Amino acid sequence: MRIKHLVVAMAVAGAYPASALAQTEIQWWHSMTGALGDRVTGFANEFNASQKDYKIVPVFKGTYPESMTAAIAAYRAGNAPHILQVFEVGTATMMAAGKAIKPVYQMMKESNEPFNPKVYHPAVAGYYTDPKGNMLSMPFNSSTPVFYINKDAFKKAGLNPDQAPKTWKEFAVTAGKLKASGQTCVYTTGWPSWVHVENFSAWHNLPIGTLENGFGGFNTEFKINSPHHVKHVEMLAGFAKNGWFTYAGRRNEAEARFFSGECAMLTSSSAAQANIRRNAKFEFSVNFLPYNDDIKGAPQNSIIGGATLWVFGGKKPAEYKGIAKFFTYLSQTPVQVKWHQETGYVPITNAAYDVTKKSGFYEKNPGTDIANRQLGNKPPTGNSKGLRFGNFVQGREVIEEEMEAVFAGKKDAKSGMDSAVQRANDILRKFEAANKGKS
Amino acid sequence: MEKRVVFRSAWLPYALVAPQLAITLVFFFWPAGQAVWFSFLQQDAFGLNTEFVGLQNFEQLFGDEHYLKSFKITAVFSALVAFSGIAISLVLATAADRVIRGALAYKTLLIWPYAVAPAVAGVLWAFLFAPSVGIITFVLTKVGVQWNWVLQEDQAMTLVVIASVWKQISYNFLFFLAGLQSVPKSLIEAAAIDGAGPLRRFWTIVFPLLSPTTFFLLVVNIVYAFFETFGVIDATTQGGPAGATQILVYKVYHDGVKSADLGGSSTQSVVLMVIVIALTVAQFRFIERKVQY
Repeated sequence: MRIKHLVVAMAVAGAYPASALAQTEIQWWHSMTGALGDRVTGFANEFNASQKDYKIVPVFKGTYPESMTAAIAAYRAGNAPHILQVFEVGTATMMAAGKAIKPVYQMMKESNEPFNPKVYHPAVAGYYTDPKGNMLSMPFNSSTPVFYINKDAFKKAGLNPDQAPKTWKEFAVTAGKLKASGQTCVYTTGWPSWVHVENFSAWHNLPIGTLENGFGGFNTEFKINSPHHVKHVEMLAGFAKNGWFTYAGRRNEAEARFFSGECAMLTSSSAAQANIRRNAKFEFSVNFLPYNDDIKGAPQNSIIGGATLWVFGGKKPAEYKGIAKFFTYLSQTPVQVKWHQETGYVPITNAAYDVTKKSGFYEKNPGTDIANRQLGNKPPTGNSKGLRFGNFVQGREVIEEEMEAVFAGKKDAKSGMDSAVQRANDILRKFEAANKGKS
Repeated sequence: MEKRVVFRSAWLPYALVAPQLAITLVFFFWPAGQAVWFSFLQQDAFGLNTEFVGLQNFEQLFGDEHYLKSFKITAVFSALVAFSGIAISLVLATAADRVIRGALAYKTLLIWPYAVAPAVAGVLWAFLFAPSVGIITFVLTKVGVQWNWVLQEDQAMTLVVIASVWKQISYNFLFFLAGLQSVPKSLIEAAAIDGAGPLRRFWTIVFPLLSPTTFFLLVVNIVYAFFETFGVIDATTQGGPAGATQILVYKVYHDGVKSADLGGSSTQSVVLMVIVIALTVAQFRFIERKVQY
């Protein structure tokens, strides 16, 4: 008797969730914190409320490298999420992942959802398309490094606060004056390799690596020990020696030292604006990155950082349909406009930029369009459309290690960059060997 | 005559140790075996392309000067941690042993840091020494020291050594205190009557009698510095700047987890495994016999 009851109870219990689960759940792993994380949850909620068939479940999985590692481990265990937010450095690794990923253009086509890469900013679209022009992942949050100055500190040093240095030569003069005015920290930078090696190269139309920065194949090699690169790193090391440049770390640690007022100038992501605006108790401006006017053709255009959404392979067709619908929702202009204006990320669709511009947002919030203008400063060349290096998470760290050794005065710039190239090339060769025949 | 309890049953003893054996096999031998197997493979991050490459990973590893540098760093780091940890706690234990009033409170306070997790200890010291806002940094800057462990290798090393030692002092302290209390008072009194001063008494009587404790702590501290300081390093320098605090264990984690190079990382764990086995054998076969108990 009792057993019979139990069986009935179990059957009922089993039946209920089943009917509730007619909704298909879609796991979305991301790395957005604070206000950005709230916005991500907001998008998911809005989409979930707009229809009944699918439910997007956003899950914060740590920093970019952490969530990527977690997802790869989950894939190996047969448990991958549906959508993963991957930073630009991981692009080559994801592209080489073969059946582990589902190319977005293919998924959209199979689900009969409209998808046109042309609506995206060329600098963004170019970064994530394969050689045939197919978009492999869904652009989401993009930024680029920009140059911030503390206008109050400029005034105190007797400098014109409305004129940020345009070239590194002007920068040196400014730095000297700021130092003389008693500024303890004159200049600092976030993301040293991204700003001073990768974007320095693009901004001056110099190759980061051969084969169009790796877009042309796995047998690419780094070129960041060219005389121009060495000279630039040497200049920074000299600044450090003069007390004009304070090294703050490999991620965005520098941003806090700028908005606390400690450092007067900063180069870091355009996405730092929201935080700076919230915390700085002084006037600041956002400017183009300084450039070296000895190099012909500079400034070119800067390249993007940030992340895109990758879809994992081996999921059910119904799930792909839901993901495709969600991506269609995400690419709507009002959603894009909101994302751009609330976060400081670059407007990734042309429509989002136009709408924001027409609304007068840029006049009301000076500096918010600098990133976009810098990305589109000139039509991208093979050197400035982006980069695609395998295992570049590791490669970038090697470059940063060598830069640290140079800034600390342990190595000269030439041998530091030579060693960075040699070590980073070893990593590329390892990647090439592990991904044979997939290029 | 030796007394032994002997099981009459043929299977009972095996049944009794079976759970322990099973745990050891599943949680120790299996992963260790996998690490050995992976060290001969070359794989992409997703595990889609796997190729047997023989000893290539080992060749690459020992041809990598940064791996050899990591060896040196580990040696320096463990020596610093073990030596300063033992020296400081010995001083503290000797002092605590002489305290008469409020000894319990004193001892309790000294034991506290042991309850702090390594990562928390790391964060704590990282805050105190933070390049722009740390209290100690503030004082150091006043004195004229340029403190920026984000860039200066020696300073980064100093920071991780301080944090690691601080955490281990309590443990060492406990053992030294117990050791000191078992030194016969009569010996010390006899020496005092013969006219030996406190320092002399310490070096000729107490210290030699403490040698088993000191040796035990030396081994424990080296093992601690090798393997358990991971949390401290991950919470502070993450191996930087320029790899100056990247000890072997951290490199295994870094290459395997952060860089998704499973082959290279497994190769390093195999090397570590060999080191641990060698250390253990050395401890039991040679040194332990020579130390007086």
